[in-house]
Amino acid sequence: MNGQKCCTFVGTEEQAQKLKEVIEKHKNQKGALIPVLHEAQEIYGYLPLEVQKMISEGLNVPLTEIYGIVTFYTQFSLNPKGKYKISVCLGTACYVKGAGAIIDKIKEKIGIDVGECTEDGKFSLEATRCIGACGLAPVVTINDDVYGRLTVDDVEGILNKY
Amino acid sequence: MVNVIIDGQKIQVPKNYTVLEAARSANIDIPTLCYLKGINEIGACRICVVEVKGARSLQAACVYPVSEGLEIRTNTPAVREARKVNLELILSNHDRKCLTCVRNRNCELQKLAEDLNVQNIRFEGETYRFPVDDFSPSIVRDPNKCVLCRRCVSVCKNIQTVSVIDAQERGFKTIVASAFNKPLSEVPCTMCGQCIVACPVGALREKDDVDRVWEMLSDETKHVVVQTAPAVRVALGEEFGMPIGTRVTGKMVAALRRIGFAKVFDTDTAADLTIMEEGTELLGRLKEGKNLPLITSCSPGWIKFCEHNYPEFLDNLSSCKSPHEMFGAIIKSYYAEKMGINPADIRVVSVMPCTAKKFESVRPELAATGTPDVDAVITTRELARMIKEAGIDFAALPDESFDNPFGDASGAGVIFGATGGVMEAALRTVAEILAGKPIDSIEYTAVRGVEGIKEAVVELPGRTIRAAVAHGLGNARKLLDRIKAGEAQYDFIEIMGCPGGCVTGGGQPIQPAKVRMDIDLKVARAKAIYDEDKSLPIRKSHENPFIKKLYEEFLGEPCGHKSHELLHTHYTKRTNY
Repeated sequence: MNGQKCCTFVGTEEQAQKLKEVIEKHKNQKGALIPVLHEAQEIYGYLPLEVQKMISEGLNVPLTEIYGIVTFYTQFSLNPKGKYKISVCLGTACYVKGAGAIIDKIKEKIGIDVGECTEDGKFSLEATRCIGACGLAPVVTINDDVYGRLTVDDVEGILNKY
Repeated sequence: MVNVIIDGQKIQVPKNYTVLEAARSANIDIPTLCYLKGINEIGACRICVVEVKGARSLQAACVYPVSEGLEIRTNTPAVREARKVNLELILSNHDRKCLTCVRNRNCELQKLAEDLNVQNIRFEGETYRFPVDDFSPSIVRDPNKCVLCRRCVSVCKNIQTVSVIDAQERGFKTIVASAFNKPLSEVPCTMCGQCIVACPVGALREKDDVDRVWEMLSDETKHVVVQTAPAVRVALGEEFGMPIGTRVTGKMVAALRRIGFAKVFDTDTAADLTIMEEGTELLGRLKEGKNLPLITSCSPGWIKFCEHNYPEFLDNLSSCKSPHEMFGAIIKSYYAEKMGINPADIRVVSVMPCTAKKFESVRPELAATGTPDVDAVITTRELARMIKEAGIDFAALPDESFDNPFGDASGAGVIFGATGGVMEAALRTVAEILAGKPIDSIEYTAVRGVEGIKEAVVELPGRTIRAAVAHGLGNARKLLDRIKAGEAQYDFIEIMGCPGGCVTGGGQPIQPAKVRMDIDLKVARAKAIYDEDKSLPIRKSHENPFIKKLYEEFLGEPCGHKSHELLHTHYTKRTNY
């Protein structure tokens, strides 16, 4: 279950103002919720309870429904992203080449599950669909750095660089 | 009408029918699980699949519309196998503790397993284990028994417009839950329990208070009395296999006595008392032109909905406690005094068609004599379980009468159980107060019936009353929004939280989707209510001899000082999340 694990929500007045404008812009259009959620995630980096509540009140959509959509689509996140965003490709090629074991090792090393962020805000972990670098399988990206042809033993050394 | 062929039978059906409805009219039984007429018609569970000539794959009968010349086969090897596989897959991840499940022998999934002749589940794999949410005083949610049919979601979202449960996550992890997996006690749930009566399995149930009541009954230092709401007597029989709409008032009283309650009282008496108080309140507000429209306050699901969503209407709510709470206060004051019993040694148990009443009974403000006005609330279903546990042969019981000093109530008290009933009961009394003499025509049929919002302009002696009745919280929302927008004006409004009123409350016997396809429970049970009203010698609250005596001996006058202390309450704005 995707509970919120880390960090109390801190939002600025400026972010709230921006979100208000986004809600106002989409308010009367059909299917407004998904674009508003996208833009809200751009503003805040993630979609915690407080942000979903503002959207619920602004668009007059029940919070329960919003939460259902946020937890349905993988691109929406309930947790903030870490300073270093680890993405493990779980596309077919990477998966066949052992990405499952790599992601397990990373989880063990940094002590969080997929979709979560470490308590110090340093790392966040997500599993992605194919990123189109199948020749390098299995592939992990950390922010803009790409690591390919990995084995489980490589994980520790890579994490230590950050 | 269109011509269709089902299993070789040529039949004519209305063109707006689905295949499921067409088959039903030809006495062909297509099994369903997620389907609940008028509430959830989404074709999700794939149990009702049939072969449609010309279609590439099997189709869900519950959502497939008929058309001219349509040929359907409901019993082919492919259909039987598909239904079985779909059911086995659902069962493979279902917490199959049937023997100890509250829905044992009244479970649509269990019935399907029997009907589809499933004797072996071919699939084994990962199963999920979620914590049971039993934090609410009214409703328990067990996701491990959930089959994800979404009947509860639809009724909560579309009918009640409360929307505190929905499908969360995706794929195998899908769970019906509240936002952020909060317990029902921490979301704006109204505790109406409509989700429970929509649930085909045991994933939603009332918080069981049976053991607590048994415990009270076995404590010899306590004087334990019981009261029963009007809607209970027209539904309890269903739990013992009697036809829907059977009145079992006398047997119910006999059963309660045999269970061991010291006295068996009728909440209808307190309904009569409510009419005296609320009728007087209405006349007062009309005179002053203040806080109009007056809105009824008998339904605790509606009250909580109002506190969460329409706080601007809190001053419009009648300050009257709901009838069973009034009765609790009277029992612990007037009755205690009369019987010479210390109120602290009295326990009041209410049998209600309602799960929200459980929440209501623990509201701290409802404790006029220092202890809660009502000590425990059990639903009609829980009473049935107690009767069974006590080994009482319900059908063989004689008819017995309610106990004195309260005795029998009026027909006006009885009709509180159906939508429009509180309004009608109030009008019967208010009309006579205004006229200053008895009035013969007492049936206000304009406020009866199952239409979602009913409006009536009622000509009373010297005064016209603009009345509206809404049942179901979605209809309440519509009505209040109309008032807020200035599109409608009323003097007096009755709102009941559940569609149909208390007769179809969240604590009533659960009838499966198949029965609800043919019988409108709201209509069948309400008919029994109005029959009971007709059968009673006294049909106006103010003519109830006990009520007259209570005011003479104890309360003084309606809405007087003592009434305010014992019978009235206040409301609080509640936050959402």
